[in-house]
Amino acid sequence: MIAELGHFAVILALLLAVVQGVVPLVGSLRGYVNWTAVARPAATGQFVFLAIAFAALAHAFLTDQFSVAYVAQNSNSALPLAYKFAAIWGAHEGSLLLWVLILAGWTVAVAAFSRNLPEIMVARVISVMGLISIGFLSFILFTSNPFDRLMRAPAEGRDLNPLLQDPGLVIHPPLLYMGYVGLSVAFAFALAALAGGRLDSTWARWSRPWTTVAWMFLTLGISLGSWWAYNELGWGGWWFWDPVENASLMPWLVATGLMHSLAVTEKRGTFRSWTVLLAILAFSLSLLGTFLVRSGVLTSVHAFATDPTRGLYILAFLIVVVGGSLALYAWRSPTIASGTRFGFLSRESLLLGNNLLLLAITAAVLLGTLYPLFYDAMGMGKLSVGFPWFNAMFLLFAPPLGVLMGIGPITRWQHDDAQSLWRRLRLACGIAVLAFLAFALYHHSVDGLKVALGMGLAVWIAATTVVSLRSRVRAGTGLAGKWRILRRQSRSYYGMLVAHLGIAVFAVGVAAVSIWGEERDVRLGPGDEVQVGGYTFLFREVAKVDGPNYRSDMATVTVLNDGTPIATLNPEKRRYNASGQVMTESGVDVGFTRDLYVALGEPLGDGSWSVRIYDKPFVRWIWGGSILMALGGLLAVSDRRYRVARYKAKAEQALHGKPA
Amino acid sequence: MTPTRKKRLYLIAAMVAGVAVATGLALKAFNENLMFFFSPSEVATGEAPEGERFRLGGMVVDGSVQRDPDSLAVTFGLTDYDEAVTVSYTGILPDLFREGQGIVAHGKLNGDGVFVADEVLAKHDENYMPPEVADMMEQRKAKGAQ
Amino acid sequence: MIRYLLPLGIFLVLAVFFAVGLQRDPSEIPSPLVGKPAPEFQLPRLHQPERAIDNAALEGEVSVVNVWASWCVGCREEHEVVKALANSGAAPVYGLNYKDAREDALRWLSHFGDPYTAIAVDRDGDVGIDWGVYGVPETFILDADGVIRYKHIGPMSETDLREKILPVIRELKTEARS
Repeated sequence: MIAELGHFAVILALLLAVVQGVVPLVGSLRGYVNWTAVARPAATGQFVFLAIAFAALAHAFLTDQFSVAYVAQNSNSALPLAYKFAAIWGAHEGSLLLWVLILAGWTVAVAAFSRNLPEIMVARVISVMGLISIGFLSFILFTSNPFDRLMRAPAEGRDLNPLLQDPGLVIHPPLLYMGYVGLSVAFAFALAALAGGRLDSTWARWSRPWTTVAWMFLTLGISLGSWWAYNELGWGGWWFWDPVENASLMPWLVATGLMHSLAVTEKRGTFRSWTVLLAILAFSLSLLGTFLVRSGVLTSVHAFATDPTRGLYILAFLIVVVGGSLALYAWRSPTIASGTRFGFLSRESLLLGNNLLLLAITAAVLLGTLYPLFYDAMGMGKLSVGFPWFNAMFLLFAPPLGVLMGIGPITRWQHDDAQSLWRRLRLACGIAVLAFLAFALYHHSVDGLKVALGMGLAVWIAATTVVSLRSRVRAGTGLAGKWRILRRQSRSYYGMLVAHLGIAVFAVGVAAVSIWGEERDVRLGPGDEVQVGGYTFLFREVAKVDGPNYRSDMATVTVLNDGTPIATLNPEKRRYNASGQVMTESGVDVGFTRDLYVALGEPLGDGSWSVRIYDKPFVRWIWGGSILMALGGLLAVSDRRYRVARYKAKAEQALHGKPA
Repeated sequence: MTPTRKKRLYLIAAMVAGVAVATGLALKAFNENLMFFFSPSEVATGEAPEGERFRLGGMVVDGSVQRDPDSLAVTFGLTDYDEAVTVSYTGILPDLFREGQGIVAHGKLNGDGVFVADEVLAKHDENYMPPEVADMMEQRKAKGAQ
Repeated sequence: MIRYLLPLGIFLVLAVFFAVGLQRDPSEIPSPLVGKPAPEFQLPRLHQPERAIDNAALEGEVSVVNVWASWCVGCREEHEVVKALANSGAAPVYGLNYKDAREDALRWLSHFGDPYTAIAVDRDGDVGIDWGVYGVPETFILDADGVIRYKHIGPMSETDLREKILPVIRELKTEARS
């Protein structure tokens, strides 16, 4: 009964989405004030009904209602409670419901935090989000209803895909979706501004914090996905260039560009139509991500449902949303006045360089991800793009990006003088080059050069951060004076520094793990030991252990450093009862400067196993760097200027073209 | 031309050259990293290149998996039920590798016609084969039925 | 103007490729065997291993062959549907037990129910290969002459049964009568 209630709630939400998508938009174009006023209540209502629907689905999962087809396919009575809840978004139907619930949540947030904005703008933004919601809700109702009942309820469910039974996956999709869907806010702001024909710095100011928050979630979501893959796939890698991973990386890259471009538009009034294009692009890539993962056009380790009719629907939806917004862009953009001119050497041009490099990487990833599909579509055969291509592209584009990242924050807007810039940067540059040379000489190989590049860039970013801080405090006298200046700097400035430092930390992790790591695949029997990375791994035994919904072979491995035991690891090979799937559960000893990683391969008879053992130096820094980046975003959005109402008057004025 | 203009021109020329070189490098790398898919029959007829990396897909021949008793080296036959290719691999096989299962291996052919794999993939789904292998089987069937 | 239209143009090209790509979903490939006589087979029966079953059993009336295995998750999912099909009396449902151990198969049937008229045991999967089986479950519908007329890939749902399987069987029966 409760499932039917959920279904009904989705239908009501769709009706409200239609109201929310149409009424305020028409009102804003025709000037009907009471029509635009519908936006907020409709958005709130839609959110409430979707929350009810989500709760109904959660109830079905937590009470094992296998008469609901989606529950029967993705849960099992023996599944631990937390995973029963996470199973809601373990497959296609439920994750769409989560997607649209998050969309409604973002809309309500926009409605709540936009009291300072002109009503007409808010109405348009909420309308655009309502239109997106119509697309997703009708998709759910017509092709992917999670509340469908089975005529004959099975006694037991098929269980959640064992790959997804990991704490990381309880929160990975929601975080990622928060990011994907959050980009719809920037998209909606861009479209609303295009529709109104007013693209100015106030528009950029409004959409900046939303973009930053979405980017923050995307950053966390992607790095959590990477961490999950590291733990759960048993290959010890942290990034696989899997199409599904690429699908989440592309919106991130464009969103990163968008954040920077929005800053230019807000501060200098330039890059307007470029920023709009990036906003459209970022959200389009989010939709593409959903499309790629959900339609099964590409197959990958993420074995989600595949269904071509759904794919066709998403394609039609993509054409309407992306094609429509790009058409609007093509129609409206030529009328946008270009902003103030800027010099060849200026912060604007460096940020433009950053944007172009980020787009180049995105294009490379897109090509590598979609080319096999095109090739197949043309009937020319099957092929795949090997991961060295992606690595090579990063190696090509990331270093100039890192160099720009150091120069940009120190360069003046509009115009800077090359000689004075060099004076400011030469020390940092010297230190970075020294670091590069030290690592290059130490390793003395091609791979060593890559590491030297990574380390050199990390040092460069850190050094330029110091330069930036020093140039700001120069005006202060004495420690107290300097401290006062530091305290006066905006949080968005610190946010930028922290995020850039996050990139430096990330670079150290990537560089270190790529060359100093040691990997051994070995055959070990009870009592055998092996040396990896200066540690001794003693393979003690393999025992049968029963989990709640699986049986497991659990090994006990003691790690010794100079004869002293420092850790006991328990890698497992699990066989899940319901599905019969075999999963590798790695055993990891986590450390600040290194991880020790053991994964079981397979039994080789005679009691011995194939075992994969890694020493992974600085691998935590990869995720640590990502967390720093997200923290930087958090600092930036907490900047007080976003909370101050004084811009309202200015905004109204800008929108109506006359003093309010 | 004023000196500043000249300098700017050089800079622009350098940037254009940089972009051209980058694009060239990218396309070259792209071509080098394309991995084509071949079936055991295509390997048997010599359509698959020797010494170049490609993807080989098929079913693991029942009873063909042979392990070296002292190391992680393993050999097995891979077939599309017309022809079979011997694959040698050293390392840990994926969780879903087993005889009779459809798999895809990445690697090169050596001079003796043995496929030396550096990566073996099995799809994370018990019931279905990797899509390439399934497609290949269908095509084989279609040919046989004519 | 052109440069503002460029993104739209690129996107439309991409969209066309997607549309073409979607048409090539592997589960949509029609089986080349449809319209051809069922490949020859002779296999032991699951319940009476000493007795063989062959093509002759499938001739004379419209019949359904369901390929299943005890290790297959999709089979468990569709099993209620297979039972409903058998109970409807529309056509006899024969099982092809694919790459399975006899004890496992028997235990599975006693646990979930046995709707099959007879079950052929394809221990090594050779017959499955001849029939173009590339995953379990799969379901074939044969006409009275033993010609394969329809093939369903993957687990059958209630909707598949109602909207595809049963109508095909009905149609073949009318065809046989006329």
